[in-house]
Amino acid sequence: MTPILELDKIGKNYRALRALDSMSLKATGGRIIVLIGVNGAGKTTLMRIIAGLEEPTAGDISFNGQNTIAKELRKITTMVFQRTIMFNRSVYDNVAFGLRVRGVKDEEIAEKVPQALRLVGLTNFEKRNAKKTSGGEQQRIALARAFVLFPQILLLDEPTANLDPNNATIIERAITSRRKDDEIIIMATHNLAQARRLADEIVHIYNGRIVERSNPDEFFNDPKSDITKKFINGELEY
Amino acid sequence: MFDIIIDAFQKALELIFSGDSELFATASRSVYAAGMGTLLACLWSIPIAVLLGLYSFRGKWLIKSLFNAMLGVPTVALGLILVMLLSKSGPAGFLHLLYTINGIVVGQAILVTPIIVSYTSSALSATDVQLRDLAKTLGASHLQTNVAILREAMWATVLSLISAFNRGFGELGIALMVGGNIAYVTRVLTTSISLEAAKGDYAFAVALAIILISMVIGITVIVNLVERLRE
Repeated sequence: MTPILELDKIGKNYRALRALDSMSLKATGGRIIVLIGVNGAGKTTLMRIIAGLEEPTAGDISFNGQNTIAKELRKITTMVFQRTIMFNRSVYDNVAFGLRVRGVKDEEIAEKVPQALRLVGLTNFEKRNAKKTSGGEQQRIALARAFVLFPQILLLDEPTANLDPNNATIIERAITSRRKDDEIIIMATHNLAQARRLADEIVHIYNGRIVERSNPDEFFNDPKSDITKKFINGELEY
Repeated sequence: MFDIIIDAFQKALELIFSGDSELFATASRSVYAAGMGTLLACLWSIPIAVLLGLYSFRGKWLIKSLFNAMLGVPTVALGLILVMLLSKSGPAGFLHLLYTINGIVVGQAILVTPIIVSYTSSALSATDVQLRDLAKTLGASHLQTNVAILREAMWATVLSLISAFNRGFGELGIALMVGGNIAYVTRVLTTSISLEAAKGDYAFAVALAIILISMVIGITVIVNLVERLRE
């Protein structure tokens, strides 16, 4: 069954600050949705709410038609953070972490971990200390750590930020290879070229609101919103 | 004066290498009291440290300040309070712990609680705040998340336990007041050193002191070596 995620008028306030304002979005499996916007637009907040790491102050989230709370969202989502965080353990143990907490048997873990590492081009990295690998390698380990769980919703918060082109290409290739009907991929990025390359749908967020939502062709060639036009042309003041 | 010290050292080494049974029984009692005291304290200190290190709540700073202040509590003062609590007419007299080795264990557990709580909670709060989110997004429960973070701060936690053990191992006030320094029952290294020095038997006192200091240094060196090897 193709998973469907629906956000209905999601709002999030941090005291007086309104981070998200009545945001509605629908995502289906097999499609990569790219959230684009300037720093502080609300992309990460939205992803954290979808990941179940924060509660919205308004609105509902439903998954496959069922109203879903943060605790349930954490079971079906996995998020890769912009700043990579590694457990002070081997690469193998980092990738195996999510499987272990789910009670997966060791034999199964021993099969899945090398597969996930192969997908991100890190074969034979199992025994290395994850904290002592390079920034690009750590981001790829983080991706493998998420991939190995086969989440129904994969959230990627600027996964190639601060990476060299080679590592960025490897990560983009790995993400594209995951475009499957049973998985929703939502990715945040600042990189317009990357959005054009990867997205099935681009969502432009500005000041906590969705201002444009369309396929890449339409988004770049015929945007409806003036804010998006300015953003694409690098004229947006913020 | 130097002659007395050198003579004391010679006699001390003879006692140690001759395997003096009283000497080693006293040392074993010290290890037992400090070791069990530290383990007992872990039962409540680690959960308190997790609470203070990883969660935010009203009045947290006050509790942390209290534990930090208690780091330097005089052992004699704590010993006195414990004697009053554990004496027959005291509120905890029914436990029959006064003048027993387990009484010393309980006293030392209370003594080392602030050490474990303060050091471990500081180590936990120093871990990357995003580790929690990471563990959660990978599917970890609250308990699994806390265990994962505790593991990240494992060496700092181990060092806090070593400090706790050393504090208990080297303290005199509680062992003397709660234990009563009863030969073959509650006599530990520190109370024995105090007694032998008072009697003028410096050789035996120095032998005990050598064991005491060697063990404190030895344990810390071994732990640091293990950490270096692990890295």
